[in-house]
Amino acid sequence: MTNRRQFIQSVGALAGMAAVPGSVKMAFGASKEPIKVGILHSLSGTMAISETALKNTALMTIDSINAKGGVLGRPIVPVVVDPASNWPLFAEKARQLITQDKVSAVFGCWTSVSRKSVLPVFEELNSLLYYPVQYEGEELSKNVFYTGAAPNQQAIPATEYLMSKEGGSAKKFVLLGTDYVYPRTTNKILRAFLKSKGVSEANIMEEYTPFGHSDYQTIIAKIKKFSAGAKTCVISTINGDSNVPFYKELGNQGIKATDIPVVAFSVAEQELAGIDTKPLVGHLAAWNYFETIKNPQNAAFVKMWKDYVQAKKLKDAPVTDDPMEATWIGIHMWKQAVEKAGSPDVDKVRKAMYGQTFKAPCGFTVKMDETNHHLHKPVFIGEIRADGQFNTVWKTKGPIRAQPWSPYIPGNEGKQKL
Amino acid sequence: MLKFIVGLALCLPLLARAALDPAALAPFAGEDSSAKAEAVTALANAPDPQVDTLFKALSEDSLFYLPDGQVIVFDGERYVDAASGQPLTTEPEAPEAVIVNNVVRGALESAIALRGLAAADPAARLAAADALKERADPSFLPALEAALARESDAQVKDALSRTTALLQLASPDKTVKLAAIERLAASRDRNIREALAPLAEAETDPELKAALKTALDAIDFRLSVASFFANVFSGLSLGSILLLAALGLAITFGLMGIINMAHGEMLMLGAYSTYVVQGLFRDHFPGALDWYPLAALPVAFIVAAGVGALMERTVIRHLYGRPLETLLATWGLSLILIQAVRSIFGPQNVEVANPTWMSGALDVYGVVLPYNRLAIIAFAFFVLAIVWFALNRTRMGLYVRGVMQNRPMADAIGVPTARVDMMAFALGSGIAGLGGVALSQIGNVGPELGQAYIIDSFMVVVLGGVGQLAGTVVAAIGLGEINKFLEPYAGAVLGKIAVLVLIILFIQKRPSGLFALKGRSADA
Repeated sequence: MTNRRQFIQSVGALAGMAAVPGSVKMAFGASKEPIKVGILHSLSGTMAISETALKNTALMTIDSINAKGGVLGRPIVPVVVDPASNWPLFAEKARQLITQDKVSAVFGCWTSVSRKSVLPVFEELNSLLYYPVQYEGEELSKNVFYTGAAPNQQAIPATEYLMSKEGGSAKKFVLLGTDYVYPRTTNKILRAFLKSKGVSEANIMEEYTPFGHSDYQTIIAKIKKFSAGAKTCVISTINGDSNVPFYKELGNQGIKATDIPVVAFSVAEQELAGIDTKPLVGHLAAWNYFETIKNPQNAAFVKMWKDYVQAKKLKDAPVTDDPMEATWIGIHMWKQAVEKAGSPDVDKVRKAMYGQTFKAPCGFTVKMDETNHHLHKPVFIGEIRADGQFNTVWKTKGPIRAQPWSPYIPGNEGKQKL
Repeated sequence: MLKFIVGLALCLPLLARAALDPAALAPFAGEDSSAKAEAVTALANAPDPQVDTLFKALSEDSLFYLPDGQVIVFDGERYVDAASGQPLTTEPEAPEAVIVNNVVRGALESAIALRGLAAADPAARLAAADALKERADPSFLPALEAALARESDAQVKDALSRTTALLQLASPDKTVKLAAIERLAASRDRNIREALAPLAEAETDPELKAALKTALDAIDFRLSVASFFANVFSGLSLGSILLLAALGLAITFGLMGIINMAHGEMLMLGAYSTYVVQGLFRDHFPGALDWYPLAALPVAFIVAAGVGALMERTVIRHLYGRPLETLLATWGLSLILIQAVRSIFGPQNVEVANPTWMSGALDVYGVVLPYNRLAIIAFAFFVLAIVWFALNRTRMGLYVRGVMQNRPMADAIGVPTARVDMMAFALGSGIAGLGGVALSQIGNVGPELGQAYIIDSFMVVVLGGVGQLAGTVVAAIGLGEINKFLEPYAGAVLGKIAVLVLIILFIQKRPSGLFALKGRSADA
């Protein structure tokens, strides 16, 4: 009962504060007018594998917020569109969401190329995109809030771990990726980072494969040749389902994680659900969240997702992973910012986002940076277990600030203050 | 109560005969992985059977510790003290799991292997000796020398002498060192080469230096031979996969002339049949799980052939002789099939596990031959034999060839051409389904599986010469080999482009492919 009373009071107060033209008539009853948000994830095509789970996570988050009274006392109504893994279609759908559906914010995108495709639309129409996936950095738009990791929140700590005694003191590095912008940029940063740590050019091997590559015999033979003589590790930015044949071949060729550990940046619990994980035990992944992290927020989050998958009879695996957590954080932060601003207006929300904090399932209170539009996030390194979950073997003491402009890329020196 | 447990833990070692020093276990209650790894290595030489229990618990993630530092083992029913082996008197409240990372796991594997050398079964001893090849701590040398001295099995002896020799390289005794180098010269292992190379650089003794150089040359020669045969094998393996993917198309496109864009989806249906059969085996015959791919073969064939027959009857038969419409219609069918599978099984890839007999690899003179690839090569030739037999030795095959060569004439002498069309299309689709079973063992099983193979399949059939089974075989194996010999130099992306360019040039020169039909039948 008290909840409801508080809720009514706050609605009244906020409605008064908002002072939107016409708010007089919706001072009480009409203030129930819903707030629309867009969900822009591929539900068909190659990326459906990863993005469907994010769409469902977004819907689950919105449901749970609505069940608690919505935002500003108004329900959130999601508008779901399907850009079908087609990059130009992402831009069209984004435009449709903003101009026709008049959404207040959009949650979506996975690949960097889709984000680059919608960026001009968001800047032109001045709307907000919440992007939930780790990426290569080198971007900062006032119309995007990045809730995934920048390279210094994932790639660099993982490499440092492999070089440490705990991680096996690796001396040789294989940078293996799918051939597109994210792996190429990440590897450029890592190469510069490794050089700054005194790793010579001869001890770095860089290889790329096309999207959907499935025959890793030659590459693994090459890695074997390369690995002779010194402790070697593989840093994999292989994206999507090529990971399965890669890990299978690795297992069959008798390379174990104790010999050549592979650390992956695009393999999380959802991806492992489609793989026989027994031969992968001990290989690593670096993320800002694992399902196995123990704290009350995460327990509630995991349970909510499992129940949601069951209740809605979803085809997604009943496991949670990092991009899903980032989606959850993004929507909650947007809600908090709308409440702080007292209105879903883009400019007001943007201002209210700066410095916004949220108790996240990763066990830390994450904060949206005051200036650079990226989250302060903790970093976890996990080893794959036989059941497809991760054992955390290393973590940062607390959240670290993102460096969207990597100091390891020449020309970025002047941008470090951002 | 806690005091009592601690007291018990402290006095138990005195009572029990087999007990470890709790201080040796202390690192397991800490965070430092290297300390844990050192503790494991230190315990490896201890004769105490309690060490085996501890190692087993570590490798099965059932080792825990209590806040007071006591290390305990969960043996499936209850907690026992790791040092003494005595059960705990009270149920511990919140035991923390001891985290095993790669550093610890590596030390653990070699420590378990060292203890395994005492096993009675020669096969177990061989497995242990093989595991020690990868990693052996210098402190293991006395135990290894003792094991080598009492070993009777030749294979185990061979593996052990290699590990021992590697450790003896550090020996101050020149004769021991010389013998070790000679032993290692017989190896084909790149790691041994890398271990010897810096020694050869630094060695001052001329006799040892010469021995090292001979050893290095011998190993280098073997390595280059092995690397050549490894390339041949990868090429053959890729070729057999291309062959399996293309055989069905060699019938539907090659013989019947249907531009069948839904061919990839037949592969996909075969792979999903494998997934379903695997699930049934898991639920109903878990004991026979290893043999599910064999049971999946007929299922995949029937499913794919059935869908193929249905497609032919409902859509394709109305479009014979209209290649453009066929192309669009089959492409539409492929989209329908993809979406249908996505709705039934979900957009995620599904997990198809390799049975144990398909996991691992055979090491032949330094060339690693993974069992799943060997099985697929054999299977490709088996399917090829079926297709050849069906087309050349059965009445149905005779009809198919007759109808394809001269339809009006076949019709005139009473061949039911419409039914033959359906049967041939179903056969082609069924063969593609069989290919799908094999593909499920090496790659992803998802709704878009077929899309990845459709281009390659057409490439093989066109290059081989439309309508020619032998051409399809030569084209598949040839493409596999060329691809694998180009890839190490050009990389995966450029390699693929280079192969495409080669094919285009070749087709310019010989538009009807490798094995062109000659004579009158060529016009049909």
